[in-house]
Amino acid sequence: MNQDIHEYLAELEDIPGTRVFTARRARQGYHLNQFAMSLMKPENRERWKADERAYLDEWPMSEEQKQAVLARDYNRCLDLGGNVYFLAKVFSTDGLSFAEAVSTMTDMTFPEYREMMLNGGRSAEGNRSIKANRAAAGAADQQGGY
Amino acid sequence: MARITAGVGSSHVPLLGVAVDQGKTGDDYFGPIFAGYEWTREWEKREKPDVVILVYNDHASAFDASIIPTFAIGCGERYKPADEGWGPRAVPDVEGHADLAWHIAQSLILDDFDMTIINEMDVDHGLTVPLSMMFGQPEAWPTKVIPLAVNVVTYPVPSGNRCWALGEGIARAVASFPEDLNVQIWGTGGMSHQLQGPRAGLLNREWDTKFMDLLVGDSQAARAIPHIEYLRETGSEGIEMVMWLIMRGALGRETKLLHRHYHIPCSNTAIGHIVLDPAE
Repeated sequence: MNQDIHEYLAELEDIPGTRVFTARRARQGYHLNQFAMSLMKPENRERWKADERAYLDEWPMSEEQKQAVLARDYNRCLDLGGNVYFLAKVFSTDGLSFAEAVSTMTDMTFPEYREMMLNGGRSAEGNRSIKANRAAAGAADQQGGY
Repeated sequence: MARITAGVGSSHVPLLGVAVDQGKTGDDYFGPIFAGYEWTREWEKREKPDVVILVYNDHASAFDASIIPTFAIGCGERYKPADEGWGPRAVPDVEGHADLAWHIAQSLILDDFDMTIINEMDVDHGLTVPLSMMFGQPEAWPTKVIPLAVNVVTYPVPSGNRCWALGEGIARAVASFPEDLNVQIWGTGGMSHQLQGPRAGLLNREWDTKFMDLLVGDSQAARAIPHIEYLRETGSEGIEMVMWLIMRGALGRETKLLHRHYHIPCSNTAIGHIVLDPAE
């Protein structure tokens, strides 16, 4: 069952539209995630709501991370090491449902996203591998040349 | 002697807890989901387990990013529902079974599984939602619970094979506990779902169905499914299904299907539920 760690980690980066929470991201996002975690306490939620910027400045986060949180740009948060279960504390405090918050990371509005889910969700077809998608696009280009 | 009498697999979507707590389990959206659990509720009333070993993952509730145990077993006397950002669920406290839990922890460590032992923690929807699905809204939970928390968030998470082997170790541990106890093991989480990024909303009925098929009978094929397959086929959070393999591993060589249910969607997630009997 032993697996080469470099191959293992490289494969995790080959999934379209997905940021697998690897050790690298866990390190990069440590304080971002710990900040989000702090919102589990009601007294912290109150201080956060009163002044978001001041609350963020108590944490040793990068300016980029702080801006991403203030903008509620969750894809950017993921890029900067955020994990959705931690970020959930932020959108829960905002009163957003999990589905609504998740929909903001897609190219759909919440009603469109909800409709897609009711119709069986997003298909895995064409969403499995960045490399496979590139190869398929390359093949399609070649065919188009005829 | 204590014995593992059954295995249960179930999704643990937080919205299901909301549906129970707000009395929406019969509406158009939730009705079909809960209908698939009716059989199990009646069955549980007859089975009356003394203890449930409840395999779940903590969603940044009891554990923050500072400590990340791969396999952690709750050896405490009781656990409170966690405040996950909107106040704790109004469900009963969860009563542990410290004697059996410590026995399992010791046995597993002697059996080469390096367990983390937890004496105090709050338990989140990963643990309380399955209890609500199986038991409804009682004054007190009708069984004691041994929480078994698995890291399925920070990679690498444990392999399916390791999860299955841990289940086998749990079965050996339970079988050597002298008290006569009816023990069930539940594997929770999944099925297909992705909660992050532009690919969010991925569901895969075909793959989920195949996975449930593999849990019935004497196949061991599921233990070899690599992480990358869960990620590609079932979304980034579909990896939670490795926790079902701990349940399956604990049921021995062969299983018999008692009940099965599948529904799409609940919020972002495919709901799967299975009840298995150890065939031996």
